[in-house]
Amino acid sequence: MKTDYLIIVLGMGIVTYIPRWLPLFFLSNRQMPEWLVGWLDFIPVAILSALILPCLVTAGEPRQLELFRPELFVAIPTFIFALKTRSLAGTVITGMFLFRLVEMFL
Amino acid sequence: MNSDSTEHTESWQPVIKDGTVAAGPICLGYLPIGLAFGVIAQKAGLHPLEIGLMSLLVYAGSAQFIAVSMLDSGAAFVPVVITIFMVNLRHLLMSSSLAVYLKDISKGWLSLYAYGVTDESFALNITRFRNGNWGWRRAIVVNHTSNIVWIGSTITGGYCGDFIPSGAFGIDYALIAMFICLLVFQLRGLLYMIIAIIAGFLAVVLSLVLPGNSYIVIASVIAATIGVFLQKSKIFIKLNGNQKPL
Repeated sequence: MKTDYLIIVLGMGIVTYIPRWLPLFFLSNRQMPEWLVGWLDFIPVAILSALILPCLVTAGEPRQLELFRPELFVAIPTFIFALKTRSLAGTVITGMFLFRLVEMFL
Repeated sequence: MNSDSTEHTESWQPVIKDGTVAAGPICLGYLPIGLAFGVIAQKAGLHPLEIGLMSLLVYAGSAQFIAVSMLDSGAAFVPVVITIFMVNLRHLLMSSSLAVYLKDISKGWLSLYAYGVTDESFALNITRFRNGNWGWRRAIVVNHTSNIVWIGSTITGGYCGDFIPSGAFGIDYALIAMFICLLVFQLRGLLYMIIAIIAGFLAVVLSLVLPGNSYIVIASVIAATIGVFLQKSKIFIKLNGNQKPL
């Protein structure tokens, strides 16, 4: 293994670990103000939505709006299935099955 | 299942069982992405062991793809490391959000936990923590089960990725479907739905105009902040008066 590569990967590892570690190390076991706890309670729903939606309606590099994508078609029944069943495993399998189906016909 | 307080004294066996079962959807999603990463990295001239080392030390899907394409085009240490840092800044938000649920844990365990924070493990564990029947040890098992599958699949991709058909069983959709379901779990009332719509809309718009993935952090921070103000506003309290959770 080349030393250059080892050093780059080590550097990448450190800068990836720091944002993961800092808040856990300093915020856990500490009394946080109420507004911060409230704000942090909204972060998961915001992040999930911010992660998913661009995957469904944009594509390419640089990104462009693209509404007619199998990802978006399949997301609608998958969303409804999750809403009705509240089953994680079931939703994953249904989503995969529907995506395969749509891809076969496109 | 057990609450946090009893989890310290419980034996590891049920903890490992619950954690590995819960990690299933993540593993299903990591497998094809890991294989694909292995193939690409190998084509960029990396040995399977070098690939495995990166997966072990960095453990971040999108960042690793970006790093390999940068290395392949001859990028130097500083630009690669800065880019990777920017790409993974979103974990700062996720770890902050997780910190609310990780109390009474030694600094050593917290440091180990931090290693396993990814988009997927965060989304899965925070949902379980929120439901109340989840503890930090089970969450760490989820993190490390996913981690092992990620490292293993990237190395496998480096050795024999060319022989695996892509797109089989719709597996490419596994993580999107998982995120959709976890988003549904997070929609616990009108306010959460409004925040989700704001975050999603902002993310789409920002992803079209900003480079990289900075849109995730910016959209989430703005949407959560609007949420805090809405929660305090009188109009919303009146509106939300007889709202049932989804």
